[in-house]
Amino acid sequence: MTFEFGKMAKYAFYFERGVLYTLLLSACTVAIGFVLALVVALIRISKPGKSTLSKAVNKALHLITGLYIEVIRGTPMLVQLMIVYYVLFGKGGFTAPKFMLFGFISGEHLIPGIIALSLNSGAYVAEIVRAGIQGIDYGQTEACRSLGMTKFQNMRYIVLPQAIKNILPAIANEFVTIIKESSICSVIGMQELMFNAKLVQGASFRPSEPLLLAAFLYLCMTVPTSKIIAYFERRMRRGDQR
Amino acid sequence: MATSGKLIQVKDLVKTFENRIHAIDHVSLDINQGDVVVIVGPSGSGKSTFLRSLNLLEEPTSGEVIFEGVNIAGKKVNIDAHRQKMGMVFQHFNLFPHLTILENMILAPMKVKKMPKQEAEGKALSLLARVGLEDRAHAYPIQLSGGQKQRVAIVRALCMEPEVMLFDEPTSALDPEMVGEVLEVMKSLARSGMTMVVVTHEMGFAREVATRVIFMDSGKIVEENPPEEFFAHPKSDRLKDFLAKVL
Repeated sequence: MTFEFGKMAKYAFYFERGVLYTLLLSACTVAIGFVLALVVALIRISKPGKSTLSKAVNKALHLITGLYIEVIRGTPMLVQLMIVYYVLFGKGGFTAPKFMLFGFISGEHLIPGIIALSLNSGAYVAEIVRAGIQGIDYGQTEACRSLGMTKFQNMRYIVLPQAIKNILPAIANEFVTIIKESSICSVIGMQELMFNAKLVQGASFRPSEPLLLAAFLYLCMTVPTSKIIAYFERRMRRGDQR
Repeated sequence: MATSGKLIQVKDLVKTFENRIHAIDHVSLDINQGDVVVIVGPSGSGKSTFLRSLNLLEEPTSGEVIFEGVNIAGKKVNIDAHRQKMGMVFQHFNLFPHLTILENMILAPMKVKKMPKQEAEGKALSLLARVGLEDRAHAYPIQLSGGQKQRVAIVRALCMEPEVMLFDEPTSALDPEMVGEVLEVMKSLARSGMTMVVVTHEMGFAREVATRVIFMDSGKIVEENPPEEFFAHPKSDRLKDFLAKVL
């Protein structure tokens, strides 16, 4: 087995594009997935009010979010992606916006990809966030509410900052997972890193080097991501040090 | 206060937990401006539940809690508006660990009362100085001893300028040598005229500063008297029995 990475030089352009695409896709997914997760988690821990209407709404929301999490966790990512791309955005479904970013990222691929990955990530992160919120001592909430602060202020200033600090390692793990999982989007023709690696395989008649290079480039994205989050984690741990 | 000195009126309060019958069993009590009411009793007697019902941390099953003329146990009440006038101190301090001492103290005044940061900080620092902790303003709660934490918890509540302070076994989680420093703060607070309701096992505190001592057992107020009378001439057998064990 001999490797000739020198031959990859003229395809650098494809790897550059692939990395850019993967980064954009992952960043959007992380952001949208986290917001979705936060909303779902807050619904799942919410308690019904006193009125009948509030009880009914609460029950319906709990049912919907519970179903969402079960379905996402119980089906393969690949199937979810294809359902979003071929069914949701297929014939008679939604129409994805037809924009072009940087001359090679088409909205018709990017948007379904982001939606599928975000829906998937949101379900997993929602459970992490819920566990994080429920892990905060209830005394914190009581102290906060006894000072006259509202439920929202309690979440915003007391519970969430502590919960997010506690779940940061798990979130970091999820973010890294998204970068890796996004490679699956190559099957619906999104020109991210994996797609371009396969493209280079065909163009250069070299099967090994593009894959090894792709693996290396994925590492270059995942390692800094976990390091950056580890840095923020250390900063947020200030309150724990004597 | 227009309400003839009565700050809190509890009327026929009942609290039933799902599996336990009557944690609070038809309790009525008036708390006047300037009162220092100390509630004692065996564990499980409902004294903490009763205290926590006063600011609705525990939602009463039935009955009324009338604070400044408003029944805050009613359905359409904005409880947040009333809670800010009722400071509460907990057994386990419940300081916010991700905030510094100063941040712990100014958060509610800034967010609830919309007090400017400078004003809130000035107020917080002068209160910290009153309990001898002004040099710890920028420390985090974990860097403080238990006694210091509880003193901070007290002044954090005071930052909101409450009409009444509720104490839920404030010294029970403290090492014995730290109990004194917290009780000192509470005594000086009582002497300054603050209305206080205190659930505690510190009989010395009750004897020294209480205007009234209440003995609760099985969710009921069994006896209620000024401390001299309460400790010298207990009437019910249950109180005699209780005092014999704790004194």
